[in-house]
Formats: sequence, C-alpha cells, structure tokens
Amino acid sequence: MKITGKVFRKFKANINTDEIIPAVYLDTTSHEELAKHCMEGIDKSFASNVGRGDIIIADKNFGCGSSREHAPLAIKACGVSCVIAKSFARIFYRNAINIGLPIFECDEVDKIKKGDILEIEPETGKIKNLSVQEEYSTTPFPEFMQRLIEVGGLMEYVSRRCSATS
Amino acid sequence: MAKTITEKILSAHLGKEVTTGELIQVKVDVALGNDITAPLAIVEFEKLGIDSLFDSDKVVLVLDHFVPNKDVKAAEQCKFVREFGKKYNVKNFFDVGKMGIEHALLPEQGLVLPGDVIIGADSHTCTYGALGTFSTGVGSTDLAAVFATGEIWLKVPETIKFVYYGKLKPWVTGKDLILHTIGDIGVDGANYMAMEFTGEVISNLPMAGRFTMSNMAIEAGGKTGIIEPDEVTLEYVKPRAKREFKTYRSDLNAKYKEIKEYNCSKIEPQVAFPHLPSNTKSISEIDKIEIDQAVIGSCTNGRIEDLQMAAQVLKGKKIHKDVRLIVIPATQQIYLQALKEGLIEIFIEAGGVVSTPTCGPCLGGYMGILAQGERCIATTNRNFVGRMGHNESEVYLANPAITASSAILGRIASPEEISRGDRG
Ligand code: SF4
Repeated sequence: MKITGKVFRKFKANINTDEIIPAVYLDTTSHEELAKHCMEGIDKSFASNVGRGDIIIADKNFGCGSSREHAPLAIKACGVSCVIAKSFARIFYRNAINIGLPIFECDEVDKIKKGDILEIEPETGKIKNLSVQEEYSTTPFPEFMQRLIEVGGLMEYVSRRCSATS
Repeated sequence: MAKTITEKILSAHLGKEVTTGELIQVKVDVALGNDITAPLAIVEFEKLGIDSLFDSDKVVLVLDHFVPNKDVKAAEQCKFVREFGKKYNVKNFFDVGKMGIEHALLPEQGLVLPGDVIIGADSHTCTYGALGTFSTGVGSTDLAAVFATGEIWLKVPETIKFVYYGKLKPWVTGKDLILHTIGDIGVDGANYMAMEFTGEVISNLPMAGRFTMSNMAIEAGGKTGIIEPDEVTLEYVKPRAKREFKTYRSDLNAKYKEIKEYNCSKIEPQVAFPHLPSNTKSISEIDKIEIDQAVIGSCTNGRIEDLQMAAQVLKGKKIHKDVRLIVIPATQQIYLQALKEGLIEIFIEAGGVVSTPTCGPCLGGYMGILAQGERCIATTNRNFVGRMGHNESEVYLANPAITASSAILGRIASPEEISRGDRG
C-alpha cells in the first residue's frame, strides 16, 4: 500500500529521543498522552499542528539516545505517516519497525522541501516527489524486517509464532 | 574463519557460525526492563495471552528511574511492574531497598557474566560489554517478544577496534577515554556497530573504568562496547557468579571494519559541552564556565571508585557557595561501602547532599532538575537539550574528579587547580 502525504517539517541531524519525547512524559503508556508531547523538546507547536498523514524528514542519525519506544510511539500516535531520514539511530530503527511506524533511509533528503507531496511505495522503497516530479530511492529492508513490516510489527509476528507452536 | 569476540558469542548462542551483516534470532541469557520501559513491554506481552515468561529466572526487573516514586504517575507505573513481577514470579526483582541503577546493579549482583547475550530495554545495556558479554539496548516491544520467546532478532554487527596505548596522565579515567573517543568519531561514529576496546591502557584499567567506557558506547551509536575478559574481569566476576560462564577472545586475525589507535599519554581530562557527548574539549582549553550544580552518580560514574575519587578531591574542602552538589551512589551496596569508608561524611562536610540510589536528575526525572539558564556539570552520559530540566539549561559531562573540583571552585576546573591553592 502506498503512503502519500505532505512534508510537514524537516529536522536537522542527530535529533535525539529526549527531543522527541522528553523524559518527564515517560510516566505513561498512553499513546494519546505521548502524542500530545511529540517533538516537544525541539518544537513545542509540533504536536498541535502536525496533520494526520503528514511526513517528517530528517538528516542523519534520527532518534539517537535512549531506548524509549515512547519516541516512535509518540510520532506514530500523532498521525505522522512515515519518517524519512539520511539514517536512523539503531534502537530507534528497530523500535519503529517493531511497532509498525514506517521509516525509510534515503540519501537524497536534501532535495525534499517542506510542503512537498510525496508518494512512497514501501515494497520497492521508491519515493516519488509529486511536487517536483522527482524520484528518490531508499535503502531496501532485509527480508526478515520486510516480513515484520508486512505482518504489522513484531508482536503480531510473535503472536503468529506462538499460536503456530502451541 | 577468524572471528571477533562478538561474532564468537553470537555464534555460540546460535549454534552455528554467524557472519557479519546476517540477521539472526538468538537466545538471550538475561532480559532486563526498568520502571519506564517495562510497562510498555508488559502491555504488549499481555496482549499475547500466554500465561508464562520464557524463563522467569532470566528476567530482571529494576525500578530505578523514578524511584523512590517521584509522583503519583511514577507510583502507578511501579505498582504495575511490581504486580507483573509477582504474577510471573520474577525473582530478580529490585525494588526500593534492594534497588540500584540497573547497569551498576546487574554486574554487582553477578547476574550478567562473560559470554552472555543480554538484552535490556534501556540503551545503556551496552555497559555489560565490559565483562566480555554481548549486551545491547532494545525497545519495549523487543523486550515483550523476549518475555514470550526468549529470543531476540539481531543483525550481527561489524566491529570497530579501538586500541588505547601509552600512559594515563593524572586524573584521566575511563570516562575521559570514552569522551575523547566519542569526540573523535562523533555521535553516530559507530552506529549499528560493535565497539571493541583493547590495548595496554584497557588491560590496566580497573573494572569501574571499563564499565564507564562500555556504558557510553551507545553515545557513539554503538550496539555494544565490548572488552575481552582478563584477570581483572575474572577477579570481579568469580566471587559474584552463581552460574557457569565462558570467556571469549577475538582471534588475532579477526576482521574489523576499522582499527583506531589512541596515544593516551596525550589525552587530558575531557569535558563534553552542550548539547552532544561528542562536543568534547580538553580541560586545559576551557575558559571560565561557572556552574550552578554538580551531579556525581549515574550508571556511568556512580560506582565506589567514582565516589572515592570525588571524595579524594573534596576531603576537607567546602564547595562554592553558589553550587549545589548532589551525590548519588549507584547501588545500595555502594552506598553502604561509601558510608563505611567515610565518604558520605566527606560529601556532607563539603556541603553536598547524598541521595538514595536513583537515576533521578540524569534523565531530568527529579532530584536536581535545572531551571532556565542553569548550568550543571555531571558525571552522567548525556547532555542533550533539556536532558536535566529546562530546555534552556546546560549539562557538561566530565569525570568525578573534574566534577568535584568544579563544585569547589564554582566553575569547570581540574583538581590540579585546587592542589595549587587556586580559589578561582
Ligand atoms: S543513570 Fe541515566 S543513563 Fe543510566 S540508566 Fe539511569 S537514566 Fe539511563
């Protein structure tokens, strides 16, 4: 299924998880609550202005710092359809895949501007920039991760495995 | 084929030879969660509707971040984790009174041993690499999956080897070596990769310094920060271990992504400036930077050796009148030992406060939050924007001796300035 959305914001390199969701909000597991404070460490108006389906773009090493899954959860819960960055920090990368937040590594993010409309084909990793009629490629996922993404995240995968063995 | 210690540990756990870049599902020896990451994992685990953990003896739960409960929400989260621990019979459950900061506590309790594969829903799980384990931080959903299956999916990482040689200058510690390294390679310099620390300096480094180095591997994006076990490791581990373990060493001709060498004779104590751990400067390059607070503690530098070093600087001195000094022993055992050795008295006499073990201010939880415009020097590991409080506050990272001297002089300073009688 294609992801289509508008680029809501571009972030600099090394956005860390404290910026995505400050530690004071780690006292909850409520996705709605986390969504309200998404990106608060760097942009207080982000959570109230971001729209459902919007895309965020970042330079390298997005999501560095702590292991808090609250970070990708907050991004997903506030309606962001996917994150495209030059690279992701390791734990953020696996957390996003595990919880089913689509992420794409793309070297060409500098060509993308705020407000551009993008169409992404997750299976092939092709990004079409509909605003300027350009196409970019992304690093493909290894097969196992592709499977996780297809079934909708790690717990769904585990659940199928548990029921297959019991 | 020649292998690194990381590849050997993963091969042993998989039961067949691994190659770098391969995605594997591997059995874990220890799975760790804390009061902020376990709740999400528990919610996910319970959705599966299975009635037992893969092995309740291999699960470790530590309430350390917001504990003793900082407020009602923290209290509710802890209660939730406590109930889970009881329901699933988790014996390695560390609550107030037994609790310490997880990455100081698990090695101290002999729960993590050389050769283990350890995953923890906390990014600083890489700390145990200092014992020659493969240990890495993951997220809560990963932890939930391990609760159910005992297995984790991993990409076998490439390794960068860091060789430290030369003779350490006075007041240079493991903290300074790792800060220097992060300053050199950057906060994503080892992203997705294992960092292997070796060389004569590492061989002579006590366990505390090794833990500090491995702890901060994640600050360079590293998957783990591993050190081959040697005599120093065994001396630490043997009296603590309650089960068998196996030590591994990298083959001499193992393949590394890169080898970096550091002449430590040239490295001074380091301070990481806001707002990245890689933003490092040598102590002699630093102009007058006044501070409001000094924090000595955390999973990076809250061990007994760290407190001893701070006490050595603070003994018989008073801290600056405009500085708040907060000392947080990382575990109850460390706290008690510090008490017996008279360190607590030194801190209090100097004008500092000593807290029960907790992560507290390290992640801006409580027990020393900064106001707008305030500046803190800390022995912690992250100085991101807002990490210890207000978005316009600042955190400088340093070793315990630098932090203690700074508390005395009211500005970032080296212990050498104090012994010279300089009152800044
Ligand atoms: S002391 Fe700081 S870095 Fe260490 S586990 Fe606690 S919050 Fe994390």
